[in-house]
Amino acid sequence: MSRDVVILGAGMHPWGKWGKNFVEYGVHAARAALKDAGVSWQDIEFVAGGATMRNGYPGYVAGATFSQALGWQGNEIMTCYAACATGSQALAAARSKIQAGQCEVALVVGADTTPKGFLAPQKGERPDDPDWVRFRLGITNPTYFSLYAQRRKDLYGATDEDFAVIKVKNAEHGFSNEFARYRKKFTVEEVLASPMVASPLRLFEICATSDGGAAVVVASKEYADRLGSQRQVKIGGISTVSPKFASADVEMPDIATDSAAASNAYSFRASIAQKAYEEAGVGPEDVSLAEVYDLSSAMELDWYEYIGLCPQGDAEKLVRDGDTRIGGRVPVNASGGLACFGEAVPAQALAQVCELTIQLRGEAGDRQVSDAKVGVTGNQGLFGHGSSVVLLR
Amino acid sequence: MSSNEASSGANPALPVIEGWFTMDEADTHLIGSRCKRCGTYFFPGNVTFCRNPSCESDEFDAVPLSREGTIWSYTDAQYKPPEPYVSPDPFEPYAIAAVELEKERMIILGQLAKGVTVDDVTTGMHVELQLQTLFTKDGQDYVSWVWQPKR
Repeated sequence: MSRDVVILGAGMHPWGKWGKNFVEYGVHAARAALKDAGVSWQDIEFVAGGATMRNGYPGYVAGATFSQALGWQGNEIMTCYAACATGSQALAAARSKIQAGQCEVALVVGADTTPKGFLAPQKGERPDDPDWVRFRLGITNPTYFSLYAQRRKDLYGATDEDFAVIKVKNAEHGFSNEFARYRKKFTVEEVLASPMVASPLRLFEICATSDGGAAVVVASKEYADRLGSQRQVKIGGISTVSPKFASADVEMPDIATDSAAASNAYSFRASIAQKAYEEAGVGPEDVSLAEVYDLSSAMELDWYEYIGLCPQGDAEKLVRDGDTRIGGRVPVNASGGLACFGEAVPAQALAQVCELTIQLRGEAGDRQVSDAKVGVTGNQGLFGHGSSVVLLR
Repeated sequence: MSSNEASSGANPALPVIEGWFTMDEADTHLIGSRCKRCGTYFFPGNVTFCRNPSCESDEFDAVPLSREGTIWSYTDAQYKPPEPYVSPDPFEPYAIAAVELEKERMIILGQLAKGVTVDDVTTGMHVELQLQTLFTKDGQDYVSWVWQPKR
């Protein structure tokens, strides 16, 4: 394996519905990450920007947009988009550049400004676009979340209370997180009293869309050591894998899965973290804490299984035993997760990495997971983008 | 009741998406593609190159897919979806199912037939395809496939 790459600094702009330009969030986060790293902007050799799709041309060239806003200084740039997996892909690009010896220190930034309500497709009549077709047929994002939630109820005995308990847990976790948008504790009764959106999921169990920005400064281990950094966190592995045919998961925005008539069926989601674990030389049994994509409270259960915290069908037990609360065996979404953040697409995978970085350094304050040594993120972007990052102390 | 609905039925119904299903009410089928070489099915059928990575075929037959399957999971919509969904006013909640087709070994989503709620179905239940008016716009009915529990 090539040389070690470490996270030197992490920074975020608080999540919310601030209504400002996404560039402001990105630059705020970038400056915070640079300050945290003790690295001058002018020393950054490479900027990887996560694109945003709803903010015009500057969003499509986010790497350049952030670089210009920080002050042109001749660094190399790239921009990538992988839906919710954008941040991991940008991080992977920066890591590769460093591993290849083409630079020593890089900045990775993602930020977004989101519209209100359901995420809607682009306008016009576009029957060749699966994302247009499914909305025409009345199939929204919560449809997909709820299909998985209902299946857990029918197959594994998940209950509405299980789903609500996850929301309550994440709300408690995020209560003291200065970067979280929603810092309010809930009771199970309050969650169950919120309006049904898509049975069996209720309003308080489905994540909102948010504005926000996250950034990390990454460097070669040699660079970090030369700087005298005592707070570096090693990037153990990154997975940006795509599905394998025939992909048997019901996936947004598709109307149908692949046909396994002539091939083996694979679960894409269950494959995502595997590569990151293998690169890092660790397994699920080594994990101290995880940040996973709770687009709905029920989906967090699926992720316990996808990242190997328990066998398929056992996730409810983890929740009922309190294993995934802070103080439990393997806390999940100590940041508060999407339940407390809402989703800022190109920033979200990076926000997961920021939280693990803070936790592995032991700097998470009230929400600190004790003796955190190995952290893993699990996330997936529309159209087949896997995203998992393993960080090591 | 909107004026649109009052004038519905004046013209023959149109499919909500052209070419995705047959318009024969008695024997509705989704129309997929089947690779001539490896036998993999695709839905929707607008595929030019086979997506099975171990197959290099670019020849397909348009085939009717199984019109019966079993429910993989189900949900409903209690809030009006954004455009391009065309909603009656006021919005009417509807149920949705993801249905496993045995022969094709794939899962296909669709609304459940009008009047069927999440309380009427369960995972593993047998359903069959029907045509149903999805919406009426400017006096024109647009129909889609829906899943109807088998009695």
